[in-house]
Amino acid sequence: MQLKKKKEKLLEWLFLFFAFLSNILLVGIIIILFKESLPLFKEIKVLDFLLGRHWYPTYDPAEFGILPLILGSLWVTIGSLLVAVPLGLGAAIYISEIASTSLKEILKPVVEVLAGIPSVVLGFFGMVVIAPFLQEVFKLPTGLNALNGSILLGIMAIPTITSISEDCLSSVPRGFKEASYALGANRWETMIKVTVPAAFSGISSAVILGMGRAIGETMTVLMVAGGSAVIPHSFLQPVRTMTATIAAEMGETAIGSEHYYALFGIAVVLFILTLIFNIIADLVAQRFRKRIV
Amino acid sequence: MIINMNARKWREIKQQIGFMAVQLAAVIIFIILGILLYFIFSRGITVISWDFLTKMPEKGMTAGGIFPAILGSFYLTIGAILFALPLGILAAIYMTEYATQGKIIRIIRIGISNLASVPSIVFGLFGLALFVNYLKFGVSILSGSLTLGIMILPVIIRSSEEALLLVPNGFREASLALGATKWQTIYKIVLPNAIGGIITGAILGVGRVAGETAPILFTAATFYIRKLPNSIFSEVMALPYHIYALMTEGSHPKEQKAIAYGASLVLIIMVLGINLLAIFIRNHYRRKKKW
Repeated sequence: MQLKKKKEKLLEWLFLFFAFLSNILLVGIIIILFKESLPLFKEIKVLDFLLGRHWYPTYDPAEFGILPLILGSLWVTIGSLLVAVPLGLGAAIYISEIASTSLKEILKPVVEVLAGIPSVVLGFFGMVVIAPFLQEVFKLPTGLNALNGSILLGIMAIPTITSISEDCLSSVPRGFKEASYALGANRWETMIKVTVPAAFSGISSAVILGMGRAIGETMTVLMVAGGSAVIPHSFLQPVRTMTATIAAEMGETAIGSEHYYALFGIAVVLFILTLIFNIIADLVAQRFRKRIV
Repeated sequence: MIINMNARKWREIKQQIGFMAVQLAAVIIFIILGILLYFIFSRGITVISWDFLTKMPEKGMTAGGIFPAILGSFYLTIGAILFALPLGILAAIYMTEYATQGKIIRIIRIGISNLASVPSIVFGLFGLALFVNYLKFGVSILSGSLTLGIMILPVIIRSSEEALLLVPNGFREASLALGATKWQTIYKIVLPNAIGGIITGAILGVGRVAGETAPILFTAATFYIRKLPNSIFSEVMALPYHIYALMTEGSHPKEQKAIAYGASLVLIIMVLGINLLAIFIRNHYRRKKKW
């Protein structure tokens, strides 16, 4: 009997260890990213790294300023939101409030299929279909630019925004809407003034999650955003993101070189940024749950 | 009275415009997916043949098939699931069967949620530093599988948790009342009843892993291999990486683009097929359920 109890206790500890595995891995990732990037900061100041305007890793002397890359990432991320928020949120409202059951049965899988398209296939689509189109329309030397990247990242963020927003909208209690109808509001007024505001924190959390996704996305921007590491000032210009820089350059750097450390340094910045987005999204989502339940 | 009528009409018009706007959003998403699938299917289908699926690439990637890339993706995916599934199930068991609400569970949840939000390229760097360089696994199936496995661990934990939570509490209570220990209850009652949901989650995980590129860029993938991989320490070609490489490397853009269309179609069919399989299995187990 005693033995059996001991075995049970032992198993519980074992399960507890595996439950903590995600935390352990997360800490492991942080340790490795910092360990592999710290040597760089013996050579250059952290502020020069973050705010330096020139990314010339292979010049002599090399310059490692990642401001153009940070701004490049933010630029296409903001662009992607301009695409994804109106479309994603609009579709969420349509699916949860207006569409008939049979239409829902079509639209929900459409969103799921879109979520399942691999990013490299979207990047390919951007290169062979969207790029020539943009080049033609705007009379550009190349269609591989920030606009193309924004469109594709937007398409990638739509499923996140739509499915989470739709969940939040449908979990708004019916009583809210009925009270609004009883006061004489029509369906549209109820949606805009009651349902959407009630789900607002949930929707914001969806948008922030979509942003985190977009800023961390690699393959599509690597393939279509054009890749010039300059501070962006137009959507029709090629830009380069942090993710694309790591992906494009890590293959050609020697382990232990300054360039190698600098790419890990970029990963640290990227990691911290997405962590912040995720924490904010979590906090906002919690507020939504508290308010509704 | 007239003002009243106008106001009501105006509200009516506003409602119509609003409805049309959100409907338009839904339609645009539908059209985007339609255009995407149309281009890949119509161009890709002309490239795909039995030889394309089963032959090695030839003439410097400008002709021949993509068999090694399909095989490589298969190995990487299986490896990732073999690694992530057991760990994910064990973690999920703790979360649903043992943990009581409190600090520990909150900390674990924070870990899972933040691990899920780490960008895929960061996993790639982590895998490069830890598996490829430090543990000296090299650029290999093993390094790539472990990296991908870590990446989908949060997905596996969450879906397994959901599956376990669906098992009614009465089952557990009945088993415990018969004198079974907690572990016996989990092993003989809870897990068998949750297996359908767990498998569904695992297959959805496979669908995601199969399309990932960034984590395997530096840990597993290579543009060309002479021989098929013969051990877990071999580097491999992989379908998503192959598409990327065809579009960015090499010197015959036109021929390579055609192959990339074919490879994209194969990848899409694989990923969507895997997702369909998951849905099918979920429905199958749902029908079998007696509660």
